[in-house]
Amino acid sequence: MTSTSGSASSGRAVRARGGPADPWRRTTAAGVLLGAGVAASVVDLLVLHLLLQWHHFYDRSTTAVAVASDGVLHALGWTATVWGLVLLLDVRRRGPVPRGRWWGGVLVGLGGFQLVDGVVDHKLLRLHQVRYDVEDLVVYDVVWIGSAVLVLAAGLVVLRRAGRSAARGDG
Amino acid sequence: MHHHGSGPAGGVVVLDAVTAAALVGAGALLAVAVVRARRRGPWPAHRTALLALGLVCVAAALVGPLAVAARTGSSAFTAHMAGHLLLGMLGPLLIVRGAPVTLALRALPVGPARRLVRALRSRPVRLLTHPVVAAVPATGGLWVLYGTDLLALTHTSPPVAAAVHAHVLVSGCVLTASLVGVDPDPHRAPVPLRAAVLAASLAAHTVLAQRLRTDPPAGVGPAEAETGALLMLYGGEVVDVALVALVAAGWYRATAPPRVPVRARAGGTPRPAGP
Repeated sequence: MTSTSGSASSGRAVRARGGPADPWRRTTAAGVLLGAGVAASVVDLLVLHLLLQWHHFYDRSTTAVAVASDGVLHALGWTATVWGLVLLLDVRRRGPVPRGRWWGGVLVGLGGFQLVDGVVDHKLLRLHQVRYDVEDLVVYDVVWIGSAVLVLAAGLVVLRRAGRSAARGDG
Repeated sequence: MHHHGSGPAGGVVVLDAVTAAALVGAGALLAVAVVRARRRGPWPAHRTALLALGLVCVAAALVGPLAVAARTGSSAFTAHMAGHLLLGMLGPLLIVRGAPVTLALRALPVGPARRLVRALRSRPVRLLTHPVVAAVPATGGLWVLYGTDLLALTHTSPPVAAAVHAHVLVSGCVLTASLVGVDPDPHRAPVPLRAAVLAASLAAHTVLAQRLRTDPPAGVGPAEAETGALLMLYGGEVVDVALVALVAAGWYRATAPPRVPVRARAGGTPRPAGP
């Protein structure tokens, strides 16, 4: 309870007009952050590492660069998850959330992260593979990278349609 | 009681006694401070609880069964890591969120309180409590501890052990306070900088935990290193995500859009004034 504004506690209030950031861009950013964060922290860490145990955390044949990159990705994943949610809350308290923007952003973040993870971490840095002890890893790689491209493309389509319907004025 | 044989055992007993006395003293100081602060005005009970819980975490890491297990036994490194999380991360987080400086300022007489404020505003303190500066001893200290023979040395030399524990606790508190402190801080770093420092130290923590699995510190077996490293990885992650959430929550509160009362709106019907 500081003395900055006596009206802060007075119940009903109108939405502030404008605000420090464009709500459209902020919604997209929130969606991308949450999508990437969920891909990194939930899909990668919880499902593939902990539940299925397909990934090894570290297969003991990787380079120091790869380990560092995994640590950084890990940290960014959690940061993105939290900030994505808080940015969404911020857009929500300033006005209605443009849903197409949000969901498009989430899909772009999810697909984009999986694509980078599948190509850079798995293939270029060889940090870990999708799965171990299987005969044909190519199938897993194709499914991983293919599904990432599909999700990313779907997200871009949703974002485009959200932009068009907003331009028509019914978004 | 637990210490047999010659060498550092006597020193360990002395260290334990001094540590226990310091912890009891800190608890007594907390109780006195709360009583004095309450005499002057309201002091929220949850802050007392946070400070007390933080002190319990620190105590659990330094004395008692966990501390003994960290020195001896087959799972010493795992116990050490649990203690490290309590002493360097969870304990500092609880203490910092209990607003210790505010409590001290309320409990102290005017003269000493003024001197404390002056000391906290001094240039060296401002520099040391900048998140970027504070992250160096907190995170770098761990790399030194686990990357050199320092960890083994803490088991044989009580003064080294005391110094390492003090460093972990103090540097953890300073870094946590610079990131998510609730005490008044006129020079608090901007949110993006704090978020970046937090992400960087989370990354450093994760990378160090991974390295512990392949290059265990001297005297730690591979199986033992594995368990301890996983505890460091997950435990550190839990506390770090809580820190990210606290920075984000602080930003969310600080950037609340101005709430304009309905009666101030053009054409709005006048409402009776609130209480």
